[in-house]
Amino acid sequence: MSVLEIRGLRVTFAGPRRSVREPRTTVRAVDGVDLDVGARQTVALVGESGSGKSTVARCVLGLVTPQEGSITFEGRPLGPVRRRSPGLHRAVQMVFQDPGSSLNPRMTVGAIVREAWRAHPSVAPAGDRREALARVLADVGLDPGVADRRPSALSGGQKQRVSIARALALRPRLLVCDEAVSALDVSVQSQILRLLVDLRDEHDLSVLFITHDLAVVRQIADRVAVMHRGVLVEDTSAEDLFTTPAHPYTQALLEAARTLEGAA
Amino acid sequence: MADQSVAVVTADRRTTPMLEVTGLGVALPAGAVVDRVSFTVRAGHTTGLIGESGSGKTMTAMAVVGLLPEAAVASGQVRWKSQDLLTAPERRRRQVRGREIGVVFQDPSAALNPIQTVGRQVGEILRRDGLARAEVRARVLELLARVGLPEPERQAGSYPHELSGGMRQRVMIAVALAGRPELVIADEPTTALDVTTQARILALLADLRDREGLAMILVSHDLRVMAHVADEVVVMYAGRVCEQGPARAVLDRPYHPYTRALAGNVPAVTSRTAIAEPLPGAPASPFERPSGCPFHPRCPMARARCATEVPALREIDAGEIDAGGAAPDGATPDEPARRRLSACHFAEEVGP
Repeated sequence: MSVLEIRGLRVTFAGPRRSVREPRTTVRAVDGVDLDVGARQTVALVGESGSGKSTVARCVLGLVTPQEGSITFEGRPLGPVRRRSPGLHRAVQMVFQDPGSSLNPRMTVGAIVREAWRAHPSVAPAGDRREALARVLADVGLDPGVADRRPSALSGGQKQRVSIARALALRPRLLVCDEAVSALDVSVQSQILRLLVDLRDEHDLSVLFITHDLAVVRQIADRVAVMHRGVLVEDTSAEDLFTTPAHPYTQALLEAARTLEGAA
Repeated sequence: MADQSVAVVTADRRTTPMLEVTGLGVALPAGAVVDRVSFTVRAGHTTGLIGESGSGKTMTAMAVVGLLPEAAVASGQVRWKSQDLLTAPERRRRQVRGREIGVVFQDPSAALNPIQTVGRQVGEILRRDGLARAEVRARVLELLARVGLPEPERQAGSYPHELSGGMRQRVMIAVALAGRPELVIADEPTTALDVTTQARILALLADLRDREGLAMILVSHDLRVMAHVADEVVVMYAGRVCEQGPARAVLDRPYHPYTRALAGNVPAVTSRTAIAEPLPGAPASPFERPSGCPFHPRCPMARARCATEVPALREIDAGEIDAGGAAPDGATPDEPARRRLSACHFAEEVGP
């Protein structure tokens, strides 16, 4: 059964004004998308910039309100973030692309994680918070000493681990990762991918992984949905996508990626 | 000039390095960010600088054209046309920059002027050279067409924000080519772009190199891009060179554990690979460079000696392994470009 169900999603943004006399043009960022994420499944949503993949992610999080369509999580509708029940709000968490700008530079790592607990007292640890904090940090491979440091004192990979720890502290059921490894060094990228795979297994997580990098997808995804100009052009198992891509756009993407890899 | 003499000159230009960097160092008040880096670039060839953040690859490239931050001090030698650019008068360096050596910056949206049309920016250096308006316009349109911008007449009048990332990068390349450079320094030219655009931009650069004998220094952290474009590579870590040699040979059969880890961590669409055993920790900062071999805290092969003794960059006898086909054309086995260098105490034990 699907944990996340997206049906007929449509999002339109105001576009550039071509002339003062004419009404504003509109841009269809997402034009009728259906997508499912199963329990403990990693689904990659792939597309180039402007394809609408991040808009889909933002709708799931409730940061963008779609004009049409429905999003349900375990059968309950996911509306705008302000109207979500605390339980629903907590169940869907996000890891952003750039941990440098998604972590508050003036808070220590400990304060960042504790703030998540303050917002959701239902999952806040009952006993010793210091110890609970150390456990959450250990889960993402960070030393307890990191708790007293600020993001500026951490490397890119460590910061991304903190973002993941903040999300995990709320015991989410669905993790939405928007280009979560794209800004990291190659040697650190594989650490974070490995961490995400381990956490998914240990914490019964479903993951919606948004990326433009097909090679990364091949390493972690069970299913892959390919988006192009606001429309899903292909939605299939990871194995099929890489061996027998059906849509010409998917074929073009794979071809370009293979060209980059050269003859190797 | 007769055709024959052109051919001779070209052959000569292709084998002798046009740029020779020797013992380059860059020091900031907080410490040395580039330490004893040497490499050459030959006409029609690409030398790649590979590294992660803090490796000093961008600083190395920018030191060549004298575009370092104000507090930085460069040492060593940058020989360009038998003149050391580091000691050359600023007047001469300004002449080199943009004309003899063009630069494609990492982030075209930051490097292009947002309130000037694309055509104006491409034509800037031409106007400074005193070309007539009509000539400037003709040359700008030709440049924009050459980098594959559709409808150059119309696009010349657009502003950077009206273009996509790939198109902005093409404009950036047109700006770099406007001064008819012999060498182009491209700093992560495709990092911010989608795969399909990446492939097109790389094909464009390769085409310019092959057709016009343009030499290139390519700075990138992306081994996929490197393997595709570079003839020779310099792998950097914490401001130092850890390995260097012919690109294919270095990436296929590394002689440094860091290169091996990098190559092993490259995800590929061509094969379903499990996530490689990741290196622990993060890239070392040149300001807090670990003792001995800077890579030792993350190295799976590290031994006691690695923590205390700085390994020298030394020649490795690659023997038969690299002999077949790996030589960049025009280079004979004795040439520096052909040699394999590694800064690992145990280079010979590094397996593929």
